[in-house]
Amino acid sequence: MFVIKRLLFVLLVVWSASTITFFIPRISDINPIRERFAELARLGGFSAGELEKIVESYSKAFGLDKPLMQQYFDYIGGVMTLDFGVSLNKFPKTVLMLIAESLPWTIGLILVTTILSFVIGNLVGALAAWPLSPKWVRGVSTSFILFQGVPPVLLAILLIFFVAFKLNILPIAGAYSIGTVPDFTFEFLLDVARHQILPGIALIFGSLGTWVLSMRGMGITIQGEDYVIFAEHKGLSSYTIFKDYYLRNALLPQVTALALALGNVITSAIVVETIFGLPGLGFVLITAIRSNDFLVIYGIVLFITIAVAVLMALVELLYPLLDPRVRQGQE
Amino acid sequence: MEHLLDITGLTVSYYTDIGRAIALNQVDLRLKQGEKLGLVGESGSGKSTMGLAMMRMIKPPGKVEGGSVVIGGVDMLQLSDKEMLKRRLSTISYIPQGAMNSLNPVLKIKRQMIDAYRAHYPDHKLDQIMDLAHEAMRSVELPEHVLEMHPHELSGGMKQRVCIAIGILLRPQIIIADEPTSALDVVTQRQVIETLNRVQQKIGSALILIGHDMGLMAQSMDKVAVMYAGEIVEINDVQTVFTSPKHPYTQALISSLPRLQNRGEFRGIPGMAPSLYRLPSGCRFHPRCNQQQPQCQTTSPRKSVFEDEKYVTCHLYEAT
Ligand SMILES: Nc1ncnc2c1ncn2[C@@H]1O[C@H](COP(=O)(O)OP(=O)(O)O)[C@@H](O)[C@H]1O
Ligand code: SF4
Ligand SMILES: [Mg+2]
Repeated sequence: MFVIKRLLFVLLVVWSASTITFFIPRISDINPIRERFAELARLGGFSAGELEKIVESYSKAFGLDKPLMQQYFDYIGGVMTLDFGVSLNKFPKTVLMLIAESLPWTIGLILVTTILSFVIGNLVGALAAWPLSPKWVRGVSTSFILFQGVPPVLLAILLIFFVAFKLNILPIAGAYSIGTVPDFTFEFLLDVARHQILPGIALIFGSLGTWVLSMRGMGITIQGEDYVIFAEHKGLSSYTIFKDYYLRNALLPQVTALALALGNVITSAIVVETIFGLPGLGFVLITAIRSNDFLVIYGIVLFITIAVAVLMALVELLYPLLDPRVRQGQE
Repeated sequence: MEHLLDITGLTVSYYTDIGRAIALNQVDLRLKQGEKLGLVGESGSGKSTMGLAMMRMIKPPGKVEGGSVVIGGVDMLQLSDKEMLKRRLSTISYIPQGAMNSLNPVLKIKRQMIDAYRAHYPDHKLDQIMDLAHEAMRSVELPEHVLEMHPHELSGGMKQRVCIAIGILLRPQIIIADEPTSALDVVTQRQVIETLNRVQQKIGSALILIGHDMGLMAQSMDKVAVMYAGEIVEINDVQTVFTSPKHPYTQALISSLPRLQNRGEFRGIPGMAPSLYRLPSGCRFHPRCNQQQPQCQTTSPRKSVFEDEKYVTCHLYEAT
């Protein structure tokens, strides 16, 4: 029952998002195809007469000459099969192809940084609140909260300036060094890894502080709970109490928070990626915006929306495994 | 070494912004093996503090400032932290106030019992532990499938029984049950107390039952200790407390009980309980006492000890 509800919700999100991305470009008077080719024409390539012809044939190819409702149903149908249309700029490449080429970079970065930031942040926050932590551990871990005020973008710029530019120990930008041939050799993978360090640090430390702060607050509440105190009365070791009685319970709301934070995670990743010139989704998106490649722009926006909705549903579906109280509520 | 438990001069204070609250002041208490003591007193009089101090579980802002808690010849307050950890649950166990929330919501009951057991006997085999878990469940009259359940699936009375089952798992010499019935309905209260009595008898440990309900105390305890503002003002056997209480506070408590069989929860007596931060001089009870003596406002009364570790702290009984 719960699963079906979640799936219906995902479908609803996909439908409303695609409806919005369908209508927004069509509300305005500007014909992006004409804009695109008018620009090319200004650069000198073909005459005004030719322009009209090209626009007409392209509009036909994109189905823009069909009635609006027909276009709408085609569009929604396309979205359901992940067909977001073709790129104007890189025709005949489809939007899906562009996404597929760039997605591994983005996913790799997001997956690693989100997991690391969540794990480190929550562990540090839990230690900051744990009364049995040594004083210095509590001091150090509490100071991590300072990162809470620093957005990943600012961190990215600072890292580029100081670490890459001034100290020159890590590459400034790019996914791999210019001149290397992408290949699955050890040297190449190492080169790629070196290029991921700074963007990774920017993303991890940009979101770490929030986890530390919220986990510390949660930890202070949980350590006063009767079941933690009873665990002490039972004579359990502080390690067992920390792990199974304190941390496990304090983590529950954090997992919910993670589901809610996914939208932010992806947005930050895309911005940081662009700053570091990594060939991920963000880079494709910026290129598309610069060249007015509207199907790509809306395709990517839509794709991200769907991805966030699906991931949130996944986290919520996994949550009952952690909390037996929710499990029972669903049965 | 006649006494199983020998508490002498136990003193605990809480330090807060308002100042120092002496929650336990020079408290003495002795118990024999298998003896059952009811610890009564208004809320805030220091009953839980007493139990927690025996477990060495007083936490900041609280501080144990003096005295000794000797169990079987060993002073709990002198043990290393590690040794004390081993004594908890195995020598002395405390079933906390608020059993409703004393079980970890994400772990099965079984797991919480195994954890308790393993903390003391890491080498024991699982099926050996499960046998003992089953036995503990039988002692508190819970069906064995409760072991496979999570706390939220249990009623209040069942959770209380699970806490008792955990408390007796290692057959401690002393069981402290802190207001085990306060959140339960009347019928369940009786049943839980009966269970507690039965398991106490079975394993032969001493029992300290903290509570308000004089009726429950009368029914099943051997002795009653009355606390007032951080001191035990009277310890007596249960009949004496009900038929001829000595201390004016005990007398007021007993006469405030509903007439019928002198049973039920006491409703409080005229006047206000003093703040522990600003205690009256002399006898702490004097502002509410109806038998005040001239020296009561200035001099603290000493203990007048009767036979069998019974005593009363009041000028009326001091031999001059
Ligand atoms: N954590 C604490 N911080 C400050 N004062 C406390 C704390 N716990 C108890 N006290 C003080 O100790 C007194 C006795 O508390 P407690 O032992 O819980 O009483 P009882 O169990 O009889 O109701 C209270 O009146 C209160 O002033
Ligand atoms: S010492 Fe005095 S004031 Fe205190 S209880 Fe006895 S008679 Fe009353
Ligand atoms: Mg209490």
